[in-house]
Amino acid sequence: MLDAFQPEFMRNALLAALLTSVVCGIIGTLVVVNRIVFISGGIAHAAYGGIGLAFFLRIPPLAGAAGFALVTAMIMSAVTLKNKQRADTVVGVMWAFGMALGIILVDLSSGYNVDLMSYLFGSILAVPRSDILMMALVDIGVLIIVGALYNSFLALSFDEEFAMAMGIRVDVLYYVLLGMIALSVIMLIRIVGLILVIALLTIPPFIAEKFCRSLKAMMVVSVFLNCLFSLVGLWFSYTLNLTSGATIIMVAAVFFFASVVYEWAREYFSGA
Amino acid sequence: MPVSVIELDNVSFFYNSHPILRDVSLKVEERDFLAIIGPNGSGKTTLLKIVLGVLSPRQGSVKVLGKTPSEAAGLLGYVPQDTALNKGFPISVQDVTLMGRLGRAGRERRYTSEDRALARQVLEKVGMWEYRDRPIGKLSGGQRQRVLIARALCAEPKILLMDEPTASVDTQFQTHLYDLLKELNATITIVVVSHDMNVLSGYINSVACLNQTLFYHDEGEITDEMLHSAYHCPVDLIAHGGVPHRVLRKHDHEDR
Repeated sequence: MLDAFQPEFMRNALLAALLTSVVCGIIGTLVVVNRIVFISGGIAHAAYGGIGLAFFLRIPPLAGAAGFALVTAMIMSAVTLKNKQRADTVVGVMWAFGMALGIILVDLSSGYNVDLMSYLFGSILAVPRSDILMMALVDIGVLIIVGALYNSFLALSFDEEFAMAMGIRVDVLYYVLLGMIALSVIMLIRIVGLILVIALLTIPPFIAEKFCRSLKAMMVVSVFLNCLFSLVGLWFSYTLNLTSGATIIMVAAVFFFASVVYEWAREYFSGA
Repeated sequence: MPVSVIELDNVSFFYNSHPILRDVSLKVEERDFLAIIGPNGSGKTTLLKIVLGVLSPRQGSVKVLGKTPSEAAGLLGYVPQDTALNKGFPISVQDVTLMGRLGRAGRERRYTSEDRALARQVLEKVGMWEYRDRPIGKLSGGQRQRVLIARALCAEPKILLMDEPTASVDTQFQTHLYDLLKELNATITIVVVSHDMNVLSGYINSVACLNQTLFYHDEGEITDEMLHSAYHCPVDLIAHGGVPHRVLRKHDHEDR
């Protein structure tokens, strides 16, 4: 099976999969325990506006997407911090607005034959070396930030009000968290595309949560599961000639349902 | 002259346009044991969160230990209501307790061995040390409440703020808790919020009744008038012995 990873593009894909798994497991865990899956989806989809803008302005698409996603994330942080109850509506609007803006800007940038599908569903087999460098940098950045602020993030996630009472700047942390989500999502667009980003962010932590007794353990297990899903998915996609992003998600989904059934069975038999 | 550790001056708070607190003024003196009582929805929790700096008042000023609430953060211990807690969260009893040290842990928020020793001490005090590795979700409501109390004590607070601290603990621990609070009260100020007046008798030395507006009495004495304003129904008082011992008779009708 190692033959599959012989070609240059496959080795790049492999590296990209492993690098994104690190960020994805760490940030995904924070997304799941803070219950901000919807916001993350909003950032991912709104990022499409940035891709459109990049084509319009003739700058690198991922740079445009990253800038746009960061701005979106900051607006969403501000709205959520100001009014939690109304935030989901605003996120939903920005989600749709970003995508619509992206499509219109791509329309206006005539002369470009844009492969929309590769941004919507990923194109891990076409990851260039420059992207791998960017992924490595994001990895290092996220590891440093989460490592340095781990106890604060733990307090924010577990009991936000207590964290505030302890003098932790919850608002600043929230901006940092959403900013990191924005950057992770941009990395994942390369791997699975912006439509499937949410699955890769949430499925591993969801499974890990069942077995883990600490946030740290949950992050480590999620990183491991992410690697597993990406590698197995990549291998299937290569040998069966299937779309890589969708195949990776399908592998994750199979594990997801298996974990749900396992949990259900365990409760059923221990209860009986 | 006694020092005021909490000073609220004409504080008002609205949720959207719905008033929660109106013109609340309150001074809590050092080493006071204050009970704030009032029916559900009277703004008790909101008042605590304003003192903690979690919420900012629409109007009025708040001083805690002579500072703004956010400057005083870390000097306060807080026991929230158990119901507000994320119970599925993967965290152990010990790690929850250590969170109480965050206000003191300095900028990098790392725990030292002294922090861990203190966490052990407070967990032993509430009888939860043997459960230190248990996930918080696998505890009973009463056990969880004890851990939250331990977390607040772990902050070595100058002021301890508790929101319905006895809501889910058994009577035996309740008595133990109040004795513990009495002991702590020798050095720190305690504010307890509760809708259940009976549990508070015998320990407190002042009472405030809250129902959007505040009625305060600094001798632990509750007048019919105060309770009537807060509860809209008569509550009888039986006082025997000297101040501060007060026994409150349970009133027949439920508050609406």
